[in-house]
Amino acid sequence: MITHPRTEELARAVAGWIDEVRPGLDPRNAFLARVAVNVLGVIGRELTQGPAAEASAVEGMAAVLGRAGSFADLNAELCERIRAGELTVETSGLLAVLTAMANDQLAIDQPNYRPEGTPAPGA
Amino acid sequence: MTVDVRQGLEKLAVRLGGAGARLAEAQRLSSGASMETWAFAIEGAGGLEKLILRRRSAPFDPETARSIPLATEAALIVACGANGARAPGVRHVCDEADGLGEAYVMVAVEGETLGRRIVSDPRFDAVRGKLARQCGEALAPIHATPPPPELNLKHSDAAGELARYEEAYRASGAERPILELAFQYLKARVPPPVDPILLHGDFRNGNIMFHPQMGVAAVLDWELAHIGDPAEDMGWICTNSWRFGRPDRPVGGFGDYADLLAGYEAAGGRPIELARVRFWQMLGSLRWGVMCLGMYLSWSSGVSTSVERPMIVRRVSETEADLVVLLEQGL
Repeated sequence: MITHPRTEELARAVAGWIDEVRPGLDPRNAFLARVAVNVLGVIGRELTQGPAAEASAVEGMAAVLGRAGSFADLNAELCERIRAGELTVETSGLLAVLTAMANDQLAIDQPNYRPEGTPAPGA
Repeated sequence: MTVDVRQGLEKLAVRLGGAGARLAEAQRLSSGASMETWAFAIEGAGGLEKLILRRRSAPFDPETARSIPLATEAALIVACGANGARAPGVRHVCDEADGLGEAYVMVAVEGETLGRRIVSDPRFDAVRGKLARQCGEALAPIHATPPPPELNLKHSDAAGELARYEEAYRASGAERPILELAFQYLKARVPPPVDPILLHGDFRNGNIMFHPQMGVAAVLDWELAHIGDPAEDMGWICTNSWRFGRPDRPVGGFGDYADLLAGYEAAGGRPIELARVRFWQMLGSLRWGVMCLGMYLSWSSGVSTSVERPMIVRRVSETEADLVVLLEQGL
């Protein structure tokens, strides 16, 4: 991939332009423009953090399932075996892997979201 | 058919305010996927009257909709208000002559509905500590209102809700291991049945008007009212997606479980165990996750083209991050 500019930088440039024109928009479009800026943020973070998050998920799922495979393949088997009741909250390592996957995805989708169990700010 | 709401409100001003009355102001407040809210005022012989119009802007299908018709919503608000609930005053239910489609008019209530402001704005610092108890007190008279039989409200219970959301999840085609695990976990822990009662159905921070000095001013947005387990309404206001950045304060981002439960009991509600509330809270996170997933289909199929739709689907991961913690803590 070329670096001048990187894809996430292109996304950031578009987000910057939307922010510039946003104050002149009617309330509905100003709201949608803010959503659009957030979309570009997700795209940027998925480009930069996505590959590592996916690799780590593949590694975690492979450990739980005891076999190698692609993300889609392992994810599908994980779902199937949870649904069948073969993997449960009691299964050693399962919740740890799912927690890491959830937090990596959240860091891409909504880095400012404070999940259940987060202490009070400044506490 | 497009409706000229402003023109409709001008007509309504004369109908409600009497001869010589006129529309003094009108402003569209919000537009959800299918519902619009307008703030307007009528200037008549008695002075200025501030009102709110709530109208459906997209066609309503009573067969498939989870929500109730607006006339049913208005009747329910009146019934609950008569039973002591903090419900807005219904001023008028619109009919064909009004030309506004499915709609009703409420008396405006002063206060704030934006969840984030209630949770973090200094204006609410003084009252914030009282809100969880007040929310419990506000729920009790709603739950104690006999559901008017002619309204034909839907029934639901925990097992039924889990089945319904699991079906919606399967229909989405998505494969999310955390949602799968939450379904299995909750299905194995469905609490024993209770006598079903009237529920608000969407009782959360964001749907309650809070006054900076008085606290709970009015419970709004009754479209998901149904009959079921009282702990459902309690669990929903405790779901982390409605705590607006303050997960350390489980009730709406402003208070504690004990205050919610104590307020409910003090106002005559039948005591509810915390474990039951926590079950519904976890089901609340799962429900919100599945609801967000459902928005993907409405966008990818072209039914809705708004950029808001695909983005909201990325909120599924917030519910997953909450669910793994709840699964770890256990019910």
